[in-house]
Amino acid sequence: MIEPNVAGGLIGGSMIGLASVLMLLMLGRITGISGILTGIITWNRNDGLPWRAAFIGGLVLGAVLYRLFVGPLPIEMQAEGPMLVAAGLLVGIGTRLGSGCTSGHGVCGIARRSPRSLTATITFMAVAVITVFVTRHLLS
Amino acid sequence: MKTTIAALLCGILFGLGLSISEMINPARVIGFLDVAGEWDLTLLLVMGSALIVTVIGFPLITRRAKPVLEERFTLPTKTKIDSPLLSGAILFGIGWGFAGLCPGPALAGLASLSPSIFLFVAAMVAGQFIAIKVEPLIWK
Repeated sequence: MIEPNVAGGLIGGSMIGLASVLMLLMLGRITGISGILTGIITWNRNDGLPWRAAFIGGLVLGAVLYRLFVGPLPIEMQAEGPMLVAAGLLVGIGTRLGSGCTSGHGVCGIARRSPRSLTATITFMAVAVITVFVTRHLLS
Repeated sequence: MKTTIAALLCGILFGLGLSISEMINPARVIGFLDVAGEWDLTLLLVMGSALIVTVIGFPLITRRAKPVLEERFTLPTKTKIDSPLLSGAILFGIGWGFAGLCPGPALAGLASLSPSIFLFVAAMVAGQFIAIKVEPLIWK
């Protein structure tokens, strides 16, 4: 087993939860990152473009602050080239069709006790586990 | 203006959380999804701690008549577990398994200035764009 990042995981996870709780408290919105992004791509000026852009900008800024005050961002890519592009396309298409990703369905939807979100989360997690098994054990 | 600032601060908190928990690192995510390899349970700790905060926080907030900065809550209205939800979750799961990147970590990861992350985000935006255009033709 790989040594888990216990402290970072618990502290970082709580911050992600707290950010989602504060978004609901202040803006009355679900923190679904794929959905927030969709609202920017469709460029609908009547659908909260400023807060959407501010949230995504903050997301990047949070990682910038980590770089400035904590250390280099821990990023080890697991796919390159055509595989990476295919992954991005699938994540984009899938999160749009499925109305959400790990944050919207996983962190927020389950807290709302939404059967849709619970179903989506179990589905994309199971499919991701199978995909990793196929690409990393069966095909390599 | 207030909603924009609140969203910015929530985004920063979320981005810091993704960095501190290392969910910004595809190796950690693939490590979790790779149940047949050297399993890494960090993602479980992150998801679990985020969920503890949202599961407790959300019901306390939705009891309010309205959020602090808006006139009403804007919550998802769909309740049906339908084919777009399931097919979307499946496609997202495959893409997630390919690269270990979902929308939040990918966007926050832009702070690394890594060309690979930019390529993934471009593909993800293109994927959402394609889905937005194609969706009405398939499901009416």
